[in-house]
Amino acid sequence: MTGINWRGVLAIYKFEMHRFARTLWTGLAVPVITTSLYFIVFGSAIGSRMSEVDGVPYGAFIVPGLMMLSLFTESIFNASFGIHMPRFTGTIYEILSAPLSAFETVLGYVGAAMTKSTTVALVILLTANLFVDVRIEHPLPMIAFLLLIAATFCLFGFIVGIWAKGFEQLQVIPLLIVTPMTFLGGAFYSIDMLAEPWRTVTLFNPVVYLINAFRWTFYGTSDVAVGVSFAITLAIFVICLAVVAWIFRTGYRLKS
Amino acid sequence: MDPIIRISGLTKTYESGLQALKAVDLEIGRGEIFALLGPNGAGKTTLISIVCGIVRPSGGTVTVDGHDIIAGYRATRSAIGLVPQELTTDAFETVWDTVSFSRGLFGKPREPAYIERLLKQLSLWDKRTTRIKELSGGMKRRVMIAKALSHQPTVLFLDEPSAGVDVELRRGMWEMVRELREQGVTIILTTHYIEEAEEMADRVGVISHGELILVEETASLMQKLGKRELTLKLVEPMASIPPELDEWALELRDEGNELLFTFDAKAERTGIASLIRRMTDLGIGFKDLATRQSSLEDIFVRLVHEGESA
Repeated sequence: MTGINWRGVLAIYKFEMHRFARTLWTGLAVPVITTSLYFIVFGSAIGSRMSEVDGVPYGAFIVPGLMMLSLFTESIFNASFGIHMPRFTGTIYEILSAPLSAFETVLGYVGAAMTKSTTVALVILLTANLFVDVRIEHPLPMIAFLLLIAATFCLFGFIVGIWAKGFEQLQVIPLLIVTPMTFLGGAFYSIDMLAEPWRTVTLFNPVVYLINAFRWTFYGTSDVAVGVSFAITLAIFVICLAVVAWIFRTGYRLKS
Repeated sequence: MDPIIRISGLTKTYESGLQALKAVDLEIGRGEIFALLGPNGAGKTTLISIVCGIVRPSGGTVTVDGHDIIAGYRATRSAIGLVPQELTTDAFETVWDTVSFSRGLFGKPREPAYIERLLKQLSLWDKRTTRIKELSGGMKRRVMIAKALSHQPTVLFLDEPSAGVDVELRRGMWEMVRELREQGVTIILTTHYIEEAEEMADRVGVISHGELILVEETASLMQKLGKRELTLKLVEPMASIPPELDEWALELRDEGNELLFTFDAKAERTGIASLIRRMTDLGIGFKDLATRQSSLEDIFVRLVHEGESA
């Protein structure tokens, strides 16, 4: 075998997507219902008392934040579960003994997790369109940011899946760290609405940059410079990539 | 011998400090069936796992068909199929899907005809659309064999293949292993069932405390170390062996009802005839006699105990 083992990558990808297909109903129904609830609570109950944020109706303003919230959690969950499950059941032996490079293994797992999380994010976008008018001013950068952020959080999920010693630990990072950071990172408000010193403190939350960059692709407005947002997103991606490379080089929790 | 696997100075020390392998040297010939015997924790699975790429070696080299397992991992892993000891399968996949998945992992193109033949050979064809969680333990073991063979490997590792399977299935697997060997597949198996090694293996390696203490052809090992035993059931029980019988180094067993004589069957004079003559002279009668060949199990136990006491 020379070059990349594409069939091996595809085997992992298809296996993971097959798992997604088995839980397709819950996998897609949950984000649709959750998004609808957000619009009922935030859009109708609270949004009716708020006029516009940065010139965007409140209901439409929260759409990129809602998409990001799901993208983060779905990316982490799917990627971490994907690699943790074979570690838990012992079937990881097959991956480790196959003629697959670290890159190919990651490509299979992260590629499948990305497909799943971006699908969920796009389902949320479609659902949101039923409630509010959503416009996308910069569609190509929107897709690029969506994929970059999905890739970053899937890599992060992959790391969590290898680090976790049990299913309980799989939940710790998304629930106790990522979700609070997303809520405090301007998913449902502009950070300009915060008083000092909280506005400045919020700028240390990297999620602020991801959400603002993504919101800029929709409405052309952002609380922070888009260039800075892109650089920070790229930096997080590179850090995750470096950690994954280290895991495969050292065999951390994969090979004794 | 044309070696397909060369292991040289292989060592493995786990993070816990446990030295699982101590400078193991071993060559396995192309197309042979090699049985690796050893007590629990001897290092058998570690050795297999290193060759397959699951465990990282601490030192030494391993080549498979001339390729180093680290520098040329794609070539070595492509050549190897592994049936691990534990029944580790994806519960929700069907038999067909999981075997096809394994073939894909190894970079092989789809070949439904081969998978069909394989499943039929392993009596799994009727279960091809069944989810693995619905299969019995023996069937799951066969699924794992099918997965290991899905990419048509030239080297097959079977780590305790008969663990937890019934006699019929065990016999069926032995038959399959012989057929694979006829197709040119090299087979390395670890087993606790010495009978399995004795029945199938061309050569046997005994590993104890991470050291390979013996590698020998099964037949010649049996010849060299295998002793025959003559058991004489006495008419009258004996309190002690008379000094006139000292030269036969007899053992008194079964509360004085049996005399045991160990002899070399290959020797020109076994000593049986002279023993019986002397017993007749002494008026010691026997009502029955039986001989048996010491098994590989006896040899294995003796070797491991010798290794431990050395």
